[in-house]
Amino acid sequence: MTPAAPLFLLDGHPVPFKPGETLIEAATRAGRHIPHLCWHPGFAPHGSCRLCMVAIGERQLAACSTAAEAGLEVRLHGEALAAQRRTLLQLLFVEGNHFCPSCERSGACKLQAEACEAGVEGPHFEQLYPDRPVDASHPDVLLDLNRCILCGLCVRASAQHDGKAVFALGGRGLGTQLVVGSASGRLGDTDLAASDLAARICPVGAILPKRRGFAVPIGQRRYDAAPISALPETDDGMPPP
Amino acid sequence: MSAAPAGEPGQLLQRLVALQAQRGWLPPAALEALAVEMALPLAELRGVAGFYRFLHLAPVGRLRLLFSDHVSDRHQGAPALMARLCARLGVAPGQVRADGALSIDRCSCIGLADQGPSLLVNHGQVITRLDAARIDALAQAIEAGLPPAAWPAEWQQVDEPVRRADVLLGAADAPGAALAAALAQPGSALIEALASARLLGRGGAGYPVADKWRACAAQPVTERVVVCNADEGEPGTFKDRTLLRLQPDALIEGMTLAAWALGARHGLIYLRGEYRWLLPGLQQVLARRRAAGLLGAAIAGRPGFDFDIAIHLGAGAYVCGEESALLESLEGRRGVPRIRPPYPSSHGWRGLPTVVNNVETFCCVAQIALRGAARWAAIGTARATGTKIHSVSGDCARPGLYEYPLGTPVARILADCGAVDAQAVQVGGPSGHCVPARDFGRRIAQEDLPSAGAFTVFGPGRDLFEVARHAADFFAHESCGFCTPCRVGTTLMARRFDKIAAGSGSRHDLDALRSLTELLGSSSHCGLGASAGRMLHDTLRHHRPAYEQRLQSLQFVPGFDLDAELSQARALTGRHDAGAHLATRETDVTRKHEVMPEPDAPTNPQPQPQRIAP
Repeated sequence: MTPAAPLFLLDGHPVPFKPGETLIEAATRAGRHIPHLCWHPGFAPHGSCRLCMVAIGERQLAACSTAAEAGLEVRLHGEALAAQRRTLLQLLFVEGNHFCPSCERSGACKLQAEACEAGVEGPHFEQLYPDRPVDASHPDVLLDLNRCILCGLCVRASAQHDGKAVFALGGRGLGTQLVVGSASGRLGDTDLAASDLAARICPVGAILPKRRGFAVPIGQRRYDAAPISALPETDDGMPPP
Repeated sequence: MSAAPAGEPGQLLQRLVALQAQRGWLPPAALEALAVEMALPLAELRGVAGFYRFLHLAPVGRLRLLFSDHVSDRHQGAPALMARLCARLGVAPGQVRADGALSIDRCSCIGLADQGPSLLVNHGQVITRLDAARIDALAQAIEAGLPPAAWPAEWQQVDEPVRRADVLLGAADAPGAALAAALAQPGSALIEALASARLLGRGGAGYPVADKWRACAAQPVTERVVVCNADEGEPGTFKDRTLLRLQPDALIEGMTLAAWALGARHGLIYLRGEYRWLLPGLQQVLARRRAAGLLGAAIAGRPGFDFDIAIHLGAGAYVCGEESALLESLEGRRGVPRIRPPYPSSHGWRGLPTVVNNVETFCCVAQIALRGAARWAAIGTARATGTKIHSVSGDCARPGLYEYPLGTPVARILADCGAVDAQAVQVGGPSGHCVPARDFGRRIAQEDLPSAGAFTVFGPGRDLFEVARHAADFFAHESCGFCTPCRVGTTLMARRFDKIAAGSGSRHDLDALRSLTELLGSSSHCGLGASAGRMLHDTLRHHRPAYEQRLQSLQFVPGFDLDAELSQARALTGRHDAGAHLATRETDVTRKHEVMPEPDAPTNPQPQPQRIAP
């Protein structure tokens, strides 16, 4: 007889885990959604979006970088944490230029889906309206930094999965931005291919395949039918090419 | 000297610093060549270079002057002096002059708050005690084409005003004396001595040094690393500057003692970019100690006791004072704090068990090794033993260095430095506490008021709203940009301060500031974000009138002037009757009619009137 897997409690529900797993890994495997944007199964945690904050006792921790331990009582829901998640999402919205109705990723965007689920009804804070150019130089991939939330997933996917290191994060503070590693700084001058994971992993509409705009009708988009918490984790919100 | 070969990836930041020193900025072609040479992705080079303030991906002036922007620099007139220099030299702040010869800008505190206002020349030379006469002479020297190396030595004079010395700032001990004392026993005995001395780290967090060292020593590997955090970036501190100049042997001896206790062979000093002018002196001390057999192979004649130290230069990033960001920077990356655990004592520099302590802590270690744990533990309080150096600046007669036993009340320091009628003291910099006059009886110690060493005095005339606003600007400027709450939240805080300062504030804005502070405190990735709201919190609590007297109304007031927004429409329609005005503020409307009458029948849209502050 194999010994029972160790458990922690997520809002009172037992979640089994394997030794070495983080809270979010175990919860995801158990089919429980912890809101996140910069985390992705298969990549080391980044810990930058802070959306996966949970409370353990008096402490708040990022579920993506906290190891699961037997008997932990982890709180994900609750008024204070919900308000905090809403605010974090609002910060991301005012930081960039997000105009969901015109975005091809609308309906399949994790930022939008998490915001809908968190009850974000407006930006609340003043818009910062950054001046970020669109890079349309690549034949198959559009790079629109107006929607970039600096989750670093394309950076990790390009370096660790595609073996290309096309992207990096540059600048700092509010000037932090996604940097493209070609002499011209343009995406068209890199060896990025549309089939690369880096070109597909973006959780928002910053990296998009060209000539596929609004291929899925409203009502049938990924998050139209069910909230993000009810859907399985995906490496790619876009339909396959 | 650097222990690692120059082409090795960990050397990236050092190579970029060198390239920048040579070329003045980092031209794209030079970056591409370096990427090829180091076999690193170009994106990574751009990412690293873009992170540090002293590295430039676009041309800057051939002569680059950076005015230190500590709050005491501001109080002593630095903004007016900078404006004066800009006017004299015909350059706008933050811009490169048309001929490319120079640029003038502000930067965070450069560690000279006791003899400010001051500025940094080409990241490697300082000018202290700026006043109008010195500014004029500087402008003259620059216009005459005199190179910085030929500027008068007195401009660059940095004094070390030690006003009160105790064990750390007293006469320097003979190099090697503490080492000789420690070598009589095994390394583990030194760790036990630190434990019985109850030495706490001097960086502000107050973690027991012996616990850190024990955790490092317990790792089941043979290679360990000793790192000195000489990234004294907290605005208002300059004690490390003094220790690095007056007691460099004590620091290096402390590091060597750590190597003895841990069996480490490799040491690194991370020197903040603002202190590059201290580099030659430190290199000389390292060379002298190597020659004396106190560094290098078989130290003090002990076969197998091999330890050497390399100095790494930072490039202008406050966040690198956080130990895991410092390690990232030491490995040639962006200075973004790591996810913890694991802690450096198990996974530090290049994944090796690493002890990171700051300059003052290593000096304390040397004292304990030489004079014994009992003597150290007898100084200070029950939890906070030994002495602490305070960098005193601001509104006082005698700014400088003051070393006291821990547990000394704020009032005692104020009396000694000649501060009369202070209304508040910033203890520990903007990330520390702003202590109001009624709390001057509080003691600086772990159990009451912890401090990393900055002590900035605010006299009766100072505006504590502006002090908190300055802190908010500082954190927005120095946020590494990694995590959402800090990257966006610090900027939103700074803008909300601007809104209140511009006369458009309401109680709603104070509430917004407070809730941003709470978010930053609970959800930030590292201590920078977590402490970004401290000055706001303390000043709002103790100096609320400084905020309230600025509020336009208790109700919400928009950040823009609704009536001013209509001016174009009025101009286009030619209307200037009272009905064409939106009475957002009675006083504004009245004043606007007096000051700026609308034109009768304009053919072109008129420029919008400036927002009128009440």
